[in-house]
Amino acid sequence: MIAKTYIEKAEYRNIWVIGELLSGEIQPVTYELIGAARGLADARQCEVWTVLIGAGAGAGAGSLFAYGTDTVVVVDDSRLDGFQDEIEAKVLVRLIKKYKPEVVLCGATTRGRALIPRVAVMANCGLTADCTGLSIDPENGDLLQTRPAFGGNILATIRCPNHRPQMATVRPRVMKALEPDISRVGRIIREGILDTDADKMKRIIEIFHSREGALNLSDAQVIIAGGRGMKGPEGFRLLKDFAFRVGGAVGASRAAVDSGWIPYAHQVGQTGQTVQAKLYIACGISGQIQHLVGMQSCETIVAIDKDPDTPMMQMADIAIVGDIFEIIPEIMNELAKS
Amino acid sequence: MKIVVCIKQVPASNDAKIDPETKRIIREGQKAIMNPFDTYALEEGVRMKEKYGGEVIALTMGPPKAEAVLREAISAGADRGILLSDRVFGGSDTWATSYALARAIEKIGDVDLVICGKQAIDGDTAQVGPGIASHLDWMQATYVMAVDSIEDNNITVKRMHEDGYDVCELRLPAVLTVVKDINTPRVPTLKGRLAAQKSEIPVLKPEDIGADPDKLGLNGSPTRVVKTQPPEPRQTDTLRIEGSPRECAQALVRELKFRGLV
Ligand SMILES: Cc1cc2nc3c(=O)[nH]c(=O)nc-3n(C[C@H](O)[C@H](O)[C@H](O)COP(=O)(O)OP(=O)(O)OC[C@H]3O[C@@H](n4cnc5c(N)ncnc54)[C@H](O)[C@@H]3O)c2cc1C
Ligand SMILES: Nc1ncnc2c1ncn2[C@@H]1O[C@H](COP(=O)(O)O)[C@@H](O)[C@H]1O
Repeated sequence: MIAKTYIEKAEYRNIWVIGELLSGEIQPVTYELIGAARGLADARQCEVWTVLIGAGAGAGAGSLFAYGTDTVVVVDDSRLDGFQDEIEAKVLVRLIKKYKPEVVLCGATTRGRALIPRVAVMANCGLTADCTGLSIDPENGDLLQTRPAFGGNILATIRCPNHRPQMATVRPRVMKALEPDISRVGRIIREGILDTDADKMKRIIEIFHSREGALNLSDAQVIIAGGRGMKGPEGFRLLKDFAFRVGGAVGASRAAVDSGWIPYAHQVGQTGQTVQAKLYIACGISGQIQHLVGMQSCETIVAIDKDPDTPMMQMADIAIVGDIFEIIPEIMNELAKS
Repeated sequence: MKIVVCIKQVPASNDAKIDPETKRIIREGQKAIMNPFDTYALEEGVRMKEKYGGEVIALTMGPPKAEAVLREAISAGADRGILLSDRVFGGSDTWATSYALARAIEKIGDVDLVICGKQAIDGDTAQVGPGIASHLDWMQATYVMAVDSIEDNNITVKRMHEDGYDVCELRLPAVLTVVKDINTPRVPTLKGRLAAQKSEIPVLKPEDIGADPDKLGLNGSPTRVVKTQPPEPRQTDTLRIEGSPRECAQALVRELKFRGLV
């Protein structure tokens, strides 16, 4: 969809969010994206639309208005049970051709990252992965998309001047959902799937959901994270006790994960998860940029390290110089007193 | 089984140098390696060939020196390599890259399966695999952590998700992208190294794969990099705590209580 002229671009209107559903349940990233889309829509003076595709997708549609969406498009069909990327992509391309959104946002989750590149190719438009910043260029109304590249060493700003819609994925926990306002209302549009959409269908044999690990970490208010300084799996047992004491989750640097001390689901950073806890306690993590990009938006960061000069110790709100193995038991003692 | 493994050559370090003119990565003069995720894609392809018979073709698009990753692939079990290299390919974004690779796969012909890494460590987009599937209109499975079986033109795979996994069956031809959990890549053998040295690596240009030059390189890329900058440091006045472990612990807990965090 090449739009070479201003007139053609102007045919494309509204900011779309592709909702993420898990067994019919709307996932938090959807609300976060609606929050981001609201700001863009206000700058463009247009609507926010949310598209929900899946078996049972209709159920939660009405709840989305409170979070800032004006219109919800629902495609609810039993053939969409489980993750059918090929069908969802075809349906989305059809909806895009019909309604012509100017921006399409999707979560940079395993599902979003499978689905949306497929759509972008079919719709002949650009796609920017893992954006951490989105804004509207006041001069021409284009979407400015900022993303880390090279393991977070540079931030690139990307634009799609001649193609519509402008598509981007955003990681969970990067944008903020709006406070729900139940006085907001909107409309629901129902769309169906065509038999030809379903000519390529996967047979889903088994689905396994675990609420542990990954999800736990991204939703946690308190994260106790360890790095190479934890020395081994024993060190992580100490962190688990500590986390349990404060009702937190355990995070890790890639060095710790690669050493096999803790599963990958716990990895924070560029190639792990992005977290946004109220409190992040980094124990023996030097704070290389690839780690920092995953946790620097936490509210309060505490670093414990022998070396006072690491990047993590420099950027932390509270930096404690010393040996983790001596300090953590003392912290737990101190917490037990109160 | 005719299997194509897509391999990207990436800079070994993350010290990115950017061309101020095009805002694209400068690849000249940088030590380069096979994208780590692609080593798993290659190993999985070679294992399939060993189990079901057939051929593994390593495919890359890049500058002439990208030939090195193809030789490396041959030494680790691929039968042959194909390099897409031409000025016109330069500056391709994921749309144009997946277009070029898809055209090459069509040109190779009768391909049953394409395997990619989950993502490349320079661009980190994870978009090229599904992009290839889309250009070819083939089925796809991403974040594959295990291949269970291949039977009667159907492949059964386990896909990783943030919240667990699913097992699904798809029809061939198809595109897979794989994660680290799928296997442990083998070390190249001496025999493999010799084969790699001897192997002829054809270099294909846009016209050789029937690609429309308007869909390649910067021309064919919808995205434009308009600016690159280092990330902004987080602004903080760090409170430094030193002393005996007990003093440190007391000071920290006092501070966290004061901030209402514990
Ligand atoms: C493409 C790419 C992607 C990457 N993605 C990620 C990612 O997603 N997440 C990630 O974390 N990393 C990632 N990395 C790796 C990253 O560059 C670092 O290598 C890694 O974060 C380092 O982990 P660390 O801080 O635990 O180890 P180190 O850098 O070795 O730091 C260990 C720290 O522990 C301290 N220490 C040791 N013993 C003690 C003790 N007894 N008491 C107190 N302090 C002690 C040391 O002083 C040191 O500061 C990536 C790298 C690349 C190239
Ligand atoms: N230039 C290229 N040549 C061959 N394969 C590539 C190229 N770029 C990307 N790929 C493949 O696509 C995967 C995802 O790359 P990316 O979308 O850039 O993160 C890689 O792991 C490779 O398998």
